[in-house]
Amino acid sequence: MAFYILRRILQAIPVFFGATLLIYFMVFAMPGDPIAALFGDRTPNPALIEQLRAQYHLDQPFIVQYFYYITGIFRLDFGVSFSGQPVIETLGRTFPITLRLAVMAVAIAFVLAIVIGLFSALGKGGIFDNVMLVIALIFVALPIFVLAFLAQYFLAVQLGWFRPTVGAQNDWGDLWLPAIVLGFSVYATSMRLTRSSTIDTLNQDWVRTAYSKGLPRERVIPVHVLRNSLIPMITDLGTVFGVLMVGATVTEGIFNVPGVGNTLYQAIIRGENPTVVSFVTVFVVVYVFINIVVDLIYGLLDPRIRYVSS
Amino acid sequence: MSRPDAQVPHYVAPIDTTSVPVDVVRIDAKRSNLWLDAWRDLRARPMFWVSAAFVLLVVVVSVWPGLFTNVAPNNDCQLANSNGGPASGHPLGFTRQGCDVYSRIVWGTRTSVIVGLLATIISTVVGIVMGAFAGFYGGWLDSLLSRIGDIFFTIPYIIAAIVVMSVIPVRNEVVLALAIGAFAWASTARIMRAEVLRVKQSDFVMGAEAIGLSRFRTMLSHVLPNAMAPVIVVATLSLAGAIVAESVLSFLGVGLGGSIMSWGNDISQAQTSIRTAPMALFWPSLALTLTVLAFITLGELLRDAVDPKARAQR
Repeated sequence: MAFYILRRILQAIPVFFGATLLIYFMVFAMPGDPIAALFGDRTPNPALIEQLRAQYHLDQPFIVQYFYYITGIFRLDFGVSFSGQPVIETLGRTFPITLRLAVMAVAIAFVLAIVIGLFSALGKGGIFDNVMLVIALIFVALPIFVLAFLAQYFLAVQLGWFRPTVGAQNDWGDLWLPAIVLGFSVYATSMRLTRSSTIDTLNQDWVRTAYSKGLPRERVIPVHVLRNSLIPMITDLGTVFGVLMVGATVTEGIFNVPGVGNTLYQAIIRGENPTVVSFVTVFVVVYVFINIVVDLIYGLLDPRIRYVSS
Repeated sequence: MSRPDAQVPHYVAPIDTTSVPVDVVRIDAKRSNLWLDAWRDLRARPMFWVSAAFVLLVVVVSVWPGLFTNVAPNNDCQLANSNGGPASGHPLGFTRQGCDVYSRIVWGTRTSVIVGLLATIISTVVGIVMGAFAGFYGGWLDSLLSRIGDIFFTIPYIIAAIVVMSVIPVRNEVVLALAIGAFAWASTARIMRAEVLRVKQSDFVMGAEAIGLSRFRTMLSHVLPNAMAPVIVVATLSLAGAIVAESVLSFLGVGLGGSIMSWGNDISQAQTSIRTAPMALFWPSLALTLTVLAFITLGELLRDAVDPKARAQR
């Protein structure tokens, strides 16, 4: 197990450096002057340009610039946003709200996905299964912002069940509507995953053994089938997190949830590139980390994974 | 001195004169291969015909938009009509700028199709090349290409495209498709690599090498054609993904320039009047969702048709 953990972490190192180098390259080696872009149409003072160049180390060779950037990341220095606030402070303020939203969304998605996926698999080919598959297909196809607008218009504006935007009041109870929207952007894939892995598990020998030794269905399904069917859900958590990153940016923007995604959304629509880059860097760092954790959990749950040579 | 085994009485099996059942090749049987089987499976499914017809409609509208509307692109916008309801000749009403919603949807179809197709071609070609070389040659090349793939896989392609598009001053269909395609190839490469690894074990690959074909020729004419099925499925699905990506990026304001007619831009512009004129938001959203739904349905039916395991799970 220790060898597996070590190998997985060693594999992540080049990926981490590659990904940050790629983002950095995209932003600062592209045609166009990033400093001039900061000022839009205005012509800035040449002395100010020089000062900013020195501040962002743009007068140095590319690889030195990257070195400053990467050492900054290790000191948790992700730069300064447009309003002059360090990005890490903005993160500290907004992250708890996004975490709350993400936890609610994943909880909604997974509870629904596991229950519906299980019953779909048990009644494979039946009416319930087919209806649920069609609904899942529609949710796969619905772009997140269309889903958000539909929910906002029908559930909030028309029916008045929720407030259309969240704003400053963002306790658990206030986040229901964006959490439902974000949850349903994850739900469909998870439900289909549960369904297909349950169908796989139902055909396994140990399930037949469990039945043939006289165990009742009420014990076989939760203990022998469901538990084994959930392993693919865990390996899918990395992908879920990727979907949540994009989803949170759009959902928090539309429902005005003051979280990380909304800060990124505002930075994008205002064209504040350094802030966008800082936040994307944070996302990628967290994404690499989550994927390592997911792989380690997978290795814990399924011993076969640990012994496969790469 | 006689050999010791000469004294051992041998058992000699009697010659069996009854005819042995042999697997005969039935020459009158239907021809069968992966694609023929897939086609037989597909054509029996009504959903295939519905989604294929819708995809065909989308393609026709994008090639000949003039057949479906008389309003010229970006024309006929009068602020007097702002957020107006349906009128004669304008079945879906007007946007906030007073433009005809229906004609904008028709002209915007081309944008979605161009971006979707270009991005998919880029990501599929790059993915095939990277995956095929990694899987077929193996060794250090595999390690190198797979690590590069890991790096691109780590950055969700919409997030990467946000970064690229917020830096690049030019915002047209080609640039957007490049931004999406350049970051969406990693999953295609992984699937291609796995499939090439599988096909490489086949006897016909050994045969091709035995008759003296070069490694590269073997890969090109024997391995690749037999490893295409999963990639074609993924390409259909990533076409839907690219169309969604275009609209999400345009919605965020880092996609296509505001003057380009696209569903994403229309949805983005209509969101401010969601309370007063929800239909201007609804129609482009519906067009977008139905198109994505058609491509996804087609892709998934195709996947089920070429993959017996998926077929068994239905």
